[in-house]
Amino acid sequence: MPDQTLSPQNSSPVERLLMGGVGLGLIFLSVRQSGKTGIATGTGGALLLAGAAMGRGVGDAIVGIRRTPDDTIAVQKAMTIGVPVTDLYTFWRDFTNLPRFMTHLESVRVEANGTHSHWVAKAPMGTQVAWDAEITDDVRDQRIAWRSLEGSQIPNEGHVEFREAPQGRGTEVRVSLTYRPPGGTLGAAVARMLGEEPAVQIGEDLRRLKRLLELGHEPTTEGQSSARKHALTKAEAKMYDNRRTS
Amino acid sequence: MKAVVWQGINRMSVEQVPDPELLLPTDAIVRVTATAICGSDLHLMDGYVPSMVHGDIVGHEFMGEVVDVGTEVRNIKVGDRVVVPFPISCGKCWYCQKGLTSLCDNSNPNAKLAETMWGHAPAGIYGYSHLTGGYAGGQAQFARTIFADANLYKVPEGLSDEQVLFLTDVLPTGYMAAVNCNIEGGDVVAVFGCGPVGLFTIKSALLLGAGRVIAIDRFPERLALARKMGAETINYEEEEVFERLKELTGNNGPDSVVDAVGLEAHGTGVGGFADAVKQTTRVLETERPHAFRAAIMACRKGGTVSVPGVYGGLGDKIPLGAFMNKGLTMKTGQTHVHRYLDILTDHIVRGDIDPTMIITHRLGLDDAPHAYDIFKHKHEGCIKCVLDPWADPKDHAPVKAAGK
Repeated sequence: MPDQTLSPQNSSPVERLLMGGVGLGLIFLSVRQSGKTGIATGTGGALLLAGAAMGRGVGDAIVGIRRTPDDTIAVQKAMTIGVPVTDLYTFWRDFTNLPRFMTHLESVRVEANGTHSHWVAKAPMGTQVAWDAEITDDVRDQRIAWRSLEGSQIPNEGHVEFREAPQGRGTEVRVSLTYRPPGGTLGAAVARMLGEEPAVQIGEDLRRLKRLLELGHEPTTEGQSSARKHALTKAEAKMYDNRRTS
Repeated sequence: MKAVVWQGINRMSVEQVPDPELLLPTDAIVRVTATAICGSDLHLMDGYVPSMVHGDIVGHEFMGEVVDVGTEVRNIKVGDRVVVPFPISCGKCWYCQKGLTSLCDNSNPNAKLAETMWGHAPAGIYGYSHLTGGYAGGQAQFARTIFADANLYKVPEGLSDEQVLFLTDVLPTGYMAAVNCNIEGGDVVAVFGCGPVGLFTIKSALLLGAGRVIAIDRFPERLALARKMGAETINYEEEEVFERLKELTGNNGPDSVVDAVGLEAHGTGVGGFADAVKQTTRVLETERPHAFRAAIMACRKGGTVSVPGVYGGLGDKIPLGAFMNKGLTMKTGQTHVHRYLDILTDHIVRGDIDPTMIITHRLGLDDAPHAYDIFKHKHEGCIKCVLDPWADPKDHAPVKAAGK
């Protein structure tokens, strides 16, 4: 069962307005064109307009944006990690450990009171975002919840839950968070396509955590031999290998 | 060093590439003394395994001498003579602990890519596309091996390279195919495909207690070898396989049927032609699953279909009605090579299995493109090619340890 209530619309009001405008424009444009081009433009415009009216963005659907009724993006990911619940809880509860597997985090500093912390994260195109957060719930070996404080650049809240996995598989960790991205759902969709959006990152972060705790490091092919000489094939390999190869 | 490189569909070339280096403290570098071409390498050559990139070093059946080890490698030492299982095991995850090493959670760096394609990510494999990790392969003079302690298997003295090389893949793959048949004393097992895997399946099924093995192929030299391994044979170009199998089993059908062919099976008639056309598009259908279909149709009610043959994507017209209504069981998967190494080495030492029986060609690494060609087209009676990366005398002066 999802932790967050989801909205039937996956586009934010801003995105709907924007896409509706583009749709209308295309329809007007199509009237002045004849033949197949006109039909194609008109159809495209009508689809965009319909999507905007219903609040169902095509782009958002393709990349799988999930939006809550109060206009935040919902992310849920889970992973089974082969260590005892206590170990995993303890590792996570020390927030300064998080940048070790959450590659988009620059740093986390825990304040003296123990419940407040300062987060610095990488944002698209080399920029940074920062926010302060407080712990809202902390049950040993079970659950940690947090919420960003007033005035955050990216308002967010979420929780992480731990429970023993069956068959001696270790611990199931489940992350659930909502955040309000700059640029609304459209910004989130673009960020997701660039691979710099929490839903993509957190899944990979959890796998990195699993490998960090089970092996001590991640497997890699970065720096291995190949017969590639041309930039194009090198770029193709990098695309498959998450930019890790050469 | 020299290495066999994928340069596009039907283009395997031998090129000079940089020597491999230790990239992680758990790596080891192996000086390859023998390597083989696998039937599944032909799927790469023919372009039916997605995510190959020009310049990829191929090869997942290789063995040799350890020439360098990372700082965290404990059980393997420089100078050890080892075989390298084709699936990479981390040795730590739940699957590896259970002996299901080809399903390792941690060895595929491109797990997300594989999840997109298959829902979940199996283990990394050497030289077998970026879906299975993008690791450089072992049809080369040196190879970087991953998680050396969990993977490299020291070979007992007194066994030749040719005797142990196939422990890397085809021998355990044939063995696991037979294990997956759930053989009970006296069972009849049918094996589609008498390539290296099929041939070792025949031998293994008999070792595991099968009463009779019936092997199906169309090449006389392969059928002859199947008979030598102890099977009865059917040439599918001369006889109607389904009817013949019924006749040979008192109308029951075999207790277990093995598809040791995979995604490039040769079909006959209109159906075979349709699959071939669809597969050429790489989109409409990625497989030619004739053997797979035939295995389901031929198997007796309540029997087991075992599939060591490699598939990559989507196949059409699988007889699901037959599969369901006959109450069949299917077992499949890339081979958990590691769990069968001890038992198969024992079989080789005792002489129960002579893996060298299947070798038809011994060539130098420079001849790899020719070897691929005759293996693909079954020319010169080719069943298995073993390549010597150091066959060219010019490569011997002076031998350089990798990465140093």
